[in-house]
Amino acid sequence: MLILECPFCGIMADETELAPGGEAHVRRVGPEGSDEAFEAYLFMRRNPCGVHFELWRHAHGCGRWFIAARNTLTLEVYGTYPAQTDRPPAAIVRAIRRRVPGWEWQP
Amino acid sequence: MSLRLSSGGRLIERDRPLDFTFNGRRLRGLAGDSLASALLANGQMLVGRSFKYHRPRGVVASGVEEPNALVGLGRGGRFEPNRRATTVELFDGLEAVSQNHWPGLGFDLGALNDLAARFLPAGFYYKTFMAPRGAWEKLFEPLIRRAAGLGRAPEEPDPDGYEHFHVHVDVLVIGGGISGLQAALTAGRTGARVMLVEQGPHWGGRAPVEGVRLDGRPAAEWVDAALGELERMGNVHLRRRAMAVGVYDHGYALLHERVAAHTPGDGRPRHRLWKVRARRIITATGALERPLAFVGNDVPGVMLASAVRDYVVNWAVAPGRRTVVVTNNDDAYRSALVLREAGLEVPAIVDARPQADGPLVQRAREMGIRVVSGSAIAGVKGRRRVRGVRLCAHEGEGAVLEEIACDAVAMSGGWSPVVHLWSHCGGKLLWEEGQAHFRPDPQRPPTGADGAPLVFAAGNANGRMETAAALADGQVAAEAALKALGTGRERGGARAPLPAVAPEEVAPMLPVWLMPRKAGAKARMKMWLDFQNDVKVSDVELAAREGYESVEHTKRYTTLGMATDQGKLSNINGLAVLSEALGQPVPQTGTTTFRPPWAPVSFGAIAGEARGDLFQPVRETPIHRWHETHGAHWEPVGQWRRPYAYPRDGESLHDAVIREVRNARQAVGLLDASTLGKILVRGPDAGRFLDMIYTNMMSTLKPGRCRYGLICNENGFLIDDGVVVRLDKETFLCHTTTGGAERIHEHMERWLQTEWWDWRVFTADLTEQYAQIAVVGPKARALLERLGGMDVSRESLPFMEWRAGELAGFAVRVFRISFSGELSYEIAVPAGQGLALWERLVEEGAAFGIMPYGTEALHVMRAEKGFIMIGDETDGTVIPQDLGLGWAISKKKADYLGKRAHQRPHMTDPNRWKLVGLETLDGSVLPDGAYAAAEGVNENGQRKVQGRVTSSYFSPTLGRGIALGLVEHGPERMGEVLAFPATGGRIIRARIVSPVFYDKDGEKQNV
Ligand SMILES: [Zn+2]
Repeated sequence: MLILECPFCGIMADETELAPGGEAHVRRVGPEGSDEAFEAYLFMRRNPCGVHFELWRHAHGCGRWFIAARNTLTLEVYGTYPAQTDRPPAAIVRAIRRRVPGWEWQP
Repeated sequence: MSLRLSSGGRLIERDRPLDFTFNGRRLRGLAGDSLASALLANGQMLVGRSFKYHRPRGVVASGVEEPNALVGLGRGGRFEPNRRATTVELFDGLEAVSQNHWPGLGFDLGALNDLAARFLPAGFYYKTFMAPRGAWEKLFEPLIRRAAGLGRAPEEPDPDGYEHFHVHVDVLVIGGGISGLQAALTAGRTGARVMLVEQGPHWGGRAPVEGVRLDGRPAAEWVDAALGELERMGNVHLRRRAMAVGVYDHGYALLHERVAAHTPGDGRPRHRLWKVRARRIITATGALERPLAFVGNDVPGVMLASAVRDYVVNWAVAPGRRTVVVTNNDDAYRSALVLREAGLEVPAIVDARPQADGPLVQRAREMGIRVVSGSAIAGVKGRRRVRGVRLCAHEGEGAVLEEIACDAVAMSGGWSPVVHLWSHCGGKLLWEEGQAHFRPDPQRPPTGADGAPLVFAAGNANGRMETAAALADGQVAAEAALKALGTGRERGGARAPLPAVAPEEVAPMLPVWLMPRKAGAKARMKMWLDFQNDVKVSDVELAAREGYESVEHTKRYTTLGMATDQGKLSNINGLAVLSEALGQPVPQTGTTTFRPPWAPVSFGAIAGEARGDLFQPVRETPIHRWHETHGAHWEPVGQWRRPYAYPRDGESLHDAVIREVRNARQAVGLLDASTLGKILVRGPDAGRFLDMIYTNMMSTLKPGRCRYGLICNENGFLIDDGVVVRLDKETFLCHTTTGGAERIHEHMERWLQTEWWDWRVFTADLTEQYAQIAVVGPKARALLERLGGMDVSRESLPFMEWRAGELAGFAVRVFRISFSGELSYEIAVPAGQGLALWERLVEEGAAFGIMPYGTEALHVMRAEKGFIMIGDETDGTVIPQDLGLGWAISKKKADYLGKRAHQRPHMTDPNRWKLVGLETLDGSVLPDGAYAAAEGVNENGQRKVQGRVTSSYFSPTLGRGIALGLVEHGPERMGEVLAFPATGGRIIRARIVSPVFYDKDGEKQNV
């Protein structure tokens, strides 16, 4: 039962207010993509034990999609940010590096 | 024979007798008794039967860890199965029945299983599944079915109330013993919001029983003073009878409070579920004593040593007159002393340690108790109750040295901290060699959202087994929790001094997992580890021999720790036995995973007020009341209720559907279509967006026009369909299925917000803003013309177009769309006017023979036309191409959701099953979901199939059964006859035909 801050309305939202959307920053593969690229897009997820980016929707709130940067092992939340980006903001990357030295963002 | 002592008992009130019944027998207890203490006071040692062998079982423990004394409580709707007699507070009129025996507790036929024990070894269930089929059906299944399950579910509605509370606190302290009290005091004095909960009805934990003195006063006085101070603090919330069920992510904790379980019918809720959001949690949950594994350790009268002194000190109840104490540690000597001080006999203390000479041992000797060191119990005499014990050397194979007559045995194998709640959310454990137990590893605590420690263990639960250390640990844990909160409060005041406690000198314990240490194979078959599930030392060893090296696998194979007590007494002993069998140290074996709940929670508490009308909100259309007063037979569709049909007096549902279909086809029908999803999509990029969402082209749709569209997901599977309406240049109204409104709106929003966020589009779900009424049938136009207002002629409002205007004074949008194949107008009005328009249509339609029709007539008519239904023809694996809907997939668009997937080899496989119509040769109705058999068998030896029925109805229009189905190469096999095996060996034959059964050219809807 996570608590995540909705970056749009600033509410510390209980998990019951939120709807999960799976791994964030997955790049869509369109009609021109190869079989391998399309398979990876549809089915392959990182499922890491550690730093992870997840899509969440403030379903029983403002309805907006945001991304939570958090640690699946320690449950630490590094921050949340609007989903309208293809990479984590620099401040989030810095917050993760402070806690996980040497961590690198891998698109 | 257990008995009530003539004096003592700190919790009972001797002048307040309470009457209760056990298996119908009238018994008398005292206010303050637990059901277990009252039963023991009445000499009722036998309280239940074990699960597998139905062996006689007595009370073993005094608290929540009790494995044997499970009873059914109350009667009728208040009946509650599987309550532990040790945690039931006695009240006047309490009715309890024992469980798991037939026909009676004293004489149980299931006990024959015990004689057959060697045929029921570990893994019995798994091995049985591999037995010949005949043996399974005739022998094992009936046996297991009768034996399975503990207790019985109540059959009547529960008359009591249950409720949920939500609370936010800084610090939740779990456990009301001295460590928990000290933690709450420390935190509460800083002004932090504190909640202190205790699962039992009494504060103070074990300290008052142990005769501990704090600042020279009895522990109970310190407890009272601490409670007084806490109660005066406005920031501290105290709850008794509130058991912590589990600790979850980010400080979420569940509490189960038995508010009025002991005062039934007093108007208060019976149970309450607390949903706590705590910023930090302190687990001061104490420790549990471990049984010892010796032959006959399950005979009624063998109890935990700590339970024996609980019963004597708290309730003035003794398990027997002559109690032998058997131990591997000093603590059990306290039980011997308590018994002796109560005037009872202790013929011997059997101590497995080669030498026993600590201060407690000295005191026992000084009181004249015989201490036999280096010894063990070779066996317990008696079957339905203890008659004596046989002694042997612990370091031997069990050669009997002497027999001692006794009627009770108090055993202690040492103590294990209750680490469950610490572990629920990821806390790790350390093996403490000196105490032979696991305790929380402070270096690896559960962490919170800030990455800092979330849970802090305190006292016995943290492996601090002595009073002074346990008390100080409560303070340390609270200070650490406050520090982690980062409020700065922890530096606020000076540390209040802790009460002085006399130092205790305790000699080391000796780990004993098997007694005697070299006991033979036969003896190990009579040493119980898990009393409730009948798992013995030999079962765990067998599992190890058969290759079960993982403790998790051994647990499931032997069912060790899988009973309702979840192995509170058996887990550590079991994994120690497994470790010895595997020849590895205990920590290498590790523990099984600790999962919530810590102890069972009632379904009532979980449901709370969500039952009856409050279970789920019902969505009602603006016309709902009219349907209700006109005899609608309801069909739940998601959270909506829709009329299935409107049967008239004396009319069957089936006949009503036939009438409604015929009337719509021949005159005019009325359908409440308000539940259809209505999503507004607006913006300069709306057309471009819908071209991505739908498989067909929507951007080319002209204002005033309607187009049927399909929505696929990225896997290419069809997820919804409906008519898209272009309201103006930048605005579309997308109709979805009734069940699809929220889902499709979310689907659109997800793509807009996470992929195409720079597109200028807004969406809004307007489903509940409009009532929508379908006027369907050859006389539909005449009816609307009678209402008057807008021009609804074929020329002004052709098929698949829409107009805004006025009908009978209502401002309406009229869509010429048809899901029935008839001339059809769907009229949308603001929701508030829906009922008025409906009533007006009914009134004016009387002259045309108007009748409302329900969802079944809707389904029949759409099937007659071969229109697909999401959820019938689709199941998440079907693509539009399977359904003959290739025409609705744009070839011009470069992209749409699902386009890439539609190119995958499996999607273009010519062998995919495709939509056809099916006509039974005998006119009967095919069973929904029936499969068409094919020749031969597959690799699993199952009959091959070549298609299945997706929708099946009796068609009033055709006067026969019709069906839609997906069939291999179906469209190429028109006229072929398929065989559908039905129940009872019957085979129904059906011919493959076009899915359009009625008005194949679509002339009727286009008039
Ligand atoms: Zn929000």
